[in-house]
Amino acid sequence: MGKFNKGGKKGMPELNTSSLPDLIFTMLFFFMIVTTMREVTLKVQFKSPQATELEKLEKKSLVTFIYIGKPTQELQAKMGAETRIQLNDRFADVSEVQDYIYQERENMKEEDQPFMQVSIKADKDTKMGIITDVKQALRQSYALNINYSAVQR
Amino acid sequence: MARKKKSMPGINSSSTADIAFMLLIFFLTTTSMDTDKGLARRLPQPPDPNQKVQDNIKVKERNVLQVRINKDNQLMVGSEYMEVSQLRAKAKEFIANPNDDANLPEKHVKNIPLLGGDCMVTENHVISVTNDVGTSYQAYIDVQNELVAAYNELRNAKAEEAFGKSYAECNEDEQKAIRDFIPQKISEAEPKKYGGK
Repeated sequence: MGKFNKGGKKGMPELNTSSLPDLIFTMLFFFMIVTTMREVTLKVQFKSPQATELEKLEKKSLVTFIYIGKPTQELQAKMGAETRIQLNDRFADVSEVQDYIYQERENMKEEDQPFMQVSIKADKDTKMGIITDVKQALRQSYALNINYSAVQR
Repeated sequence: MARKKKSMPGINSSSTADIAFMLLIFFLTTTSMDTDKGLARRLPQPPDPNQKVQDNIKVKERNVLQVRINKDNQLMVGSEYMEVSQLRAKAKEFIANPNDDANLPEKHVKNIPLLGGDCMVTENHVISVTNDVGTSYQAYIDVQNELVAAYNELRNAKAEEAFGKSYAECNEDEQKAIRDFIPQKISEAEPKKYGGK
């Protein structure tokens, strides 16, 4: 006895936390890189259709989004359950699409303007009527590069 | 005289972890991991209002593959009813016309140096997709997807044959040569209403 109990208090050896900040920083950088900030709040709900032959959207700054779907649950009481188009932060009519595209194009750098892309994010149960209307409006405003947003099947 | 070594007081870094944590949590919450993907498509130029109805552009019947989708998401390709799963094979046969069938697109000689000079190319083929107002978006995307898949498979096969690697692995010039050999021609016709209300 006594032989093994010399130090009295034994105590756990302290965990070395000096590398913890580095660890956290690594994670931080990872999330900073993969983050895409959504600048608009979605007012419509949509489930993207599924497809297999997808291409990535290359440059975010060249892309303009058009959302098409039913208003979200909270907004359905006010707006009804009809399929709507959302441009930026508000609901819009098909007739406004053209102006919106012109406006967005104005905001882009001049050398980027010919490479403008429009991504149509529509719910998979949307009827094609409204999408065709949007497509016609895009054609009229010379936004010819479009992208049907979809998820991998 | 020996300089006295001044020792800097070390900065207390015990709170870096907390700061980093806060940043981390911020980015964690704002992250939306969805990488935007989709089917890229190019729309045709808007019709010129001064121009008369396009009668002058005649495409021979054998060069056109009509794909129609009705309001119940049923598919009609050419003149036959079809499932979406059959469309890919049909489209591939149409685009490539391997047996030089008289009912499939005509072939033209085109000089593509990278593919060994003159090639027979079904240059004038058009796949025309027409949909009804009531067609669901998913059905439309399915059809588009199958058509793009048909093109991709053909291009991959050609790339494999000519360069021994897949289309994606080819360099830009090779890809361009293959694109010349198999041009992607999916036309989105002017919207039309048909097939009942």
